[in-house]
Amino acid sequence: MSAPIIVLLLVMLVYPVGQLLLLSVHNNSGFTLVEYKRLFASSVYVDVLLITLKVSLWTTFFSVLTGYPIAYLISSLTRERKNRLLFWVLLSFWTSFLVRTFAWVVLLGRNGVINQVLLGLGIIDRPLSLLYNFSAVIVGMVHALMPLAVLTMLSVMENIDRRLPSAAATLGARPGTVFWKVYFPLSLPGVAAGALMVFVTAIGFFITPTLLGGRHQTMITQLIIDQVMQALNWGFAGAISVLLLAVVLLVFLIYDRMVGLSTMAGGSSAARGPKQGGRWSRKLGDVILTTLGNATDAVIGLFPKRRKRAANGESLTLRVVVILLLVFLSAPAFLMIPLSFDSASGLAWPPRGFSLQWYRQIADSPLWMQAITRSMLVGIGTGFLSMLIGTPAAFLLVRGGMKGKAAMLAFILAPIVVPRMIIAVGVFYFFAKIGLIGSSFGLVLGHTVVAVPYVVITMMAVLRNYDTRLDLAAHSMGARPWATLRRVTFPILSAGLMSSFLFAFATSFDELTIALFSSGGLSTTLPKQFWDEITMQISPVIAAVSTCLFAFIAVLIGVADRLRRRSLAS
Amino acid sequence: MSASNLQITGLCKRYGDFIALAPIELDVAQGEFLTLLGPSGSGKTTLLSLIAGLAQPDDGQVRINGVDVTYGAPYERDIGMVFQNYALFPHMTVAENVSFPLQMRKTDAKATRDKVMQALEMVHLPHLAGRYPRELSGGQQQRIALARCMVYRPSIILMDEPLGALDKKLRDQMQLEIKRIHRDLGTTIVYVTHDQEEAMTMSDRICLMNAGSIAQLGTPADLYFRPKSVFVADFLGESNLLDAVVTGRTGDQVQISVQGGANVHAMAYDSVIRDGKPVKLMLRPQNLQIHDGPPDGSINGGTLSAKLTDIMVTGSMTKLYLQSHISNAPPLVAAFPTNRLGRQYEIGQTLGLSWLTADAVAIAG
Repeated sequence: MSAPIIVLLLVMLVYPVGQLLLLSVHNNSGFTLVEYKRLFASSVYVDVLLITLKVSLWTTFFSVLTGYPIAYLISSLTRERKNRLLFWVLLSFWTSFLVRTFAWVVLLGRNGVINQVLLGLGIIDRPLSLLYNFSAVIVGMVHALMPLAVLTMLSVMENIDRRLPSAAATLGARPGTVFWKVYFPLSLPGVAAGALMVFVTAIGFFITPTLLGGRHQTMITQLIIDQVMQALNWGFAGAISVLLLAVVLLVFLIYDRMVGLSTMAGGSSAARGPKQGGRWSRKLGDVILTTLGNATDAVIGLFPKRRKRAANGESLTLRVVVILLLVFLSAPAFLMIPLSFDSASGLAWPPRGFSLQWYRQIADSPLWMQAITRSMLVGIGTGFLSMLIGTPAAFLLVRGGMKGKAAMLAFILAPIVVPRMIIAVGVFYFFAKIGLIGSSFGLVLGHTVVAVPYVVITMMAVLRNYDTRLDLAAHSMGARPWATLRRVTFPILSAGLMSSFLFAFATSFDELTIALFSSGGLSTTLPKQFWDEITMQISPVIAAVSTCLFAFIAVLIGVADRLRRRSLAS
Repeated sequence: MSASNLQITGLCKRYGDFIALAPIELDVAQGEFLTLLGPSGSGKTTLLSLIAGLAQPDDGQVRINGVDVTYGAPYERDIGMVFQNYALFPHMTVAENVSFPLQMRKTDAKATRDKVMQALEMVHLPHLAGRYPRELSGGQQQRIALARCMVYRPSIILMDEPLGALDKKLRDQMQLEIKRIHRDLGTTIVYVTHDQEEAMTMSDRICLMNAGSIAQLGTPADLYFRPKSVFVADFLGESNLLDAVVTGRTGDQVQISVQGGANVHAMAYDSVIRDGKPVKLMLRPQNLQIHDGPPDGSINGGTLSAKLTDIMVTGSMTKLYLQSHISNAPPLVAAFPTNRLGRQYEIGQTLGLSWLTADAVAIAG
C-alpha cells in the first residue's frame, strides 16, 4: 500500500536531492572540495548566511509575538465566533505569498498608500523611501508567515483545558498570575512548534526578500537561484544547498533536544507536559513567571474596576489588539481590489476612475490565459495523484500494525522539512537529464512530492476519527471488503478526501519554487507568470490577477468549510 | 448548625432566550453538606458557577459569610472548587499543585511545605508529592484535587460532579472519604451531582432542581418520603404513581378514590391537596406486600390485584413487574429482598398487592 509513495519519494526527492548534494563534492576530475573552499573563501557568502539567519530570527520573533494573541483569542471562543475569526487567518494563510508580497510593494511604494496618507495628513512633506530595506523585508515576511504561526500555536492551545484557568482563579490566582503561571507554560509547546515552522520556512524564503529587500537583504535561496539560472554552476548551488540543509537540520535537532519532535505530530503536548529541565532552570522559570504575573496584576490593578467583569477571554484590550492584527493581515490583499479597477496605470493611491481595462488585458493575453489553464490542469493532476498515492499510505500508517511507522512517517514528511528550493533545484537537474522540463507531467510529479505529505497528514487525522467498528458492522451484515469500502468507508470519509484534495490542489496552484525552474518557455504556470511579470515591471494587471486569485482562494476556503461542516453534521 | 454561610437571593441567569436559572433563594448553613441534584440542564452547574464567580448572574445576590460577592472575581471569594475532571495543572507536580493556592495567599515557604504534607496525608497520598498528574490514576487525581482544595481551608468548597469519571467501586469509596473529610474539617460543602443515590448517601440537605428552578429543598428523607411533586417522587428512587381524586381530608390523611374504583386512605403533606383535587397516589415498590391470590381485607391500607408480566433479579433486590386490570393503568413495580422464593412466581399469574396507609402518599398532580 505504501509502495507508490516510497517510489515517488525515492525518485523525486532522494535521488534528485542526493544528486545535487553529490554535485557539490564531485566534478569532472572526481572528488573535490573546491566549491566549499569558495563558499568560505570570502566573507560574501557567510554574510548572506548571517543575514538569512538574522531575517529569519526576527521574522520568527515577530510572527510568534503577534500570532500569540490571535491564537489565544480564537482558541477561547465558541465555535460560531471562532470560525468567523479563523476565516481571516485562513484567508491570509492560503492567499499566495506572491499576492501578499506584491501588495506590500504597492503599499510601501513612493506613491503607495502609506506615503500618500502621510502626505495627506501633512505629517511628511516628501515621500519616504519605505521599500528595499531591512524593515520592509521583516514586515513582509511577518505578514507572510504570521498565519502559519497562528495555526500551529492554535493546534496546541485548543488542547489546553479551559477549566484550568478557572481552577486557578478559584484557588486565588489573579488574572495576570493565571495567565503567566498556568496558561503560558501550557502553551509553550505551541509557541516552540510555531517558532520552528516559521523559522524553517523563513530560512528558505526568496519571494519577499527579492521584492521588498535591497542588495543588503539578499538571502541564501536567492544565491541558489543565481547560481542555477545565471552562473549555471551546479556544484556551487549544491554546496550552498548543503549549507542550507545543514542549518535546517541543526534547528530541528535543537528543537528535538529541547521540546521533542513528537509534540508536533500528536498535539497531545499539553497533556504530556514539558520535558523536565534542571532543578535550577525550573526554579528560575518559576521566579520569572511569578514576577511577570505579579507585574501584570499590578498593571491591571491600576485600571478602575468595572462592576461587571467580562467573561473569560473577553477582555476588550485583547479583542482590539486581535482585530488590529487581523486588519494588518487582511488589508494589503484587499487594497488590490480598488487598484485593479484603477483607470490610471501608476498603481498610485488613491485610484482614479473606474475601468475594467486591466482585466481585459488578462483575458486578451495568451500568456496569462495559458498560465491559468496550465495551473488548473497541473493543480487538478497534482490533487488526484497525491490522493492516489497519499491515501493508501495514510491508511497504512493509521491502521497497519507494522514496525517502523515513526520512521516511515518521518520519511513521508521529509518534503516539508527539506527546504523547497533544494527540492526544486534537484528536480530541475533530474528533469533536465530526462527531458521533462516544461512538461505538465513533470510539474505534476514535482508538485505531488511537496503536496503528498499534507494529504497524508490530513487523511491520517480523518482516519483517526473514523470508527472502524462501522466496517466491522458492515462485514457482519455480509458486505465484502470492496463493498464495505464503497458503501460505508468512502461515503463517510468523502469530506475528508475532498478537503485533502483541495489541500493538494491549493499547494500546487500556489507553487512557485519548483515551477520557477521546471516550467520553461511559453508554458508557464500562474505563479511563475506572476513572478516573471512582477520582477520585470509592476503594473495594475498584477493587481487584477491578485484580485482574481484572492477571490478564488476565498471561494475554495468557503467550499472546504462547507465540506467540513457537512462531515461534522453527519 | 450555626449561622448561614452562603446566602443566595433572587439569583437568576439567562443565555439568550434560555432561562438557565430562574430567580432562586437558597441559604446554606455553616458546616452543612448541601447537594444540588437534578437532571442535566436543570441549572445546577449554572448555580455552582455563579457561586464560584465563574459566571455572572443577570440579577440577584450571592453573599458569602455576609459579604456581597455577586460580581466579585473568583479569587476574591473565600471558596474552593473541585472540578469535574479535576483540573489539575499538568505542568506542575502534585506538591506544586497543592501549594499553588497557598502561594497565591503569600504563605511563607515553611508553612506551605507543612500544610501541603498535611493535606496529602489527609488523602493518604504523601508519597506521590513529586509525581505529575498524568502519572496518577483517576482516583489518585481525585484525591489530589481534594487536597488542593482543602489545603487552604476555604469556608465553602464547591464540588462539580467530582466522582463522575470514576467507576462504581471507587466512587463508593470516595463518597466515604469525602464524608470523612467533611466531618473532620467542618467545612461547608456545596456538591453537584445527577446521581440520586450519591445525593441520598452524602447530603445533609438536597436541593433538587428542575428546569432552572428548585423542585424541592429538604433532607434526603423529606424528599424521599414526602415528595412535593411527581417530578421529585419520580427522580428520587422508583415509584408507582396511580391517578386518583381526593374525596376528603382529615389532618395529614386524605381519602382518595383511585382510578378503577378503590377507595383508600393516604398521607398528604401538601396543604393544596383537598377535596375534589386530582392527585397521584405514590407507592414505593418495596412498600408493596405481595400475596398469592387476592389479599384479605384486614389490612390498614389499600389493595390491588394485578397480573405478573416480568421478574427481574437485580442483585440484592428482586423486582416484579405487574399490569393491573384497570384499563390505561401504568405498569406497577413491586420489590423485595432477593431470596429463593422469587422463583415461585410464574409469569401470567394474578397476584394481590397491599400497602399500609402510612406508606401511601398523595401528591398534587
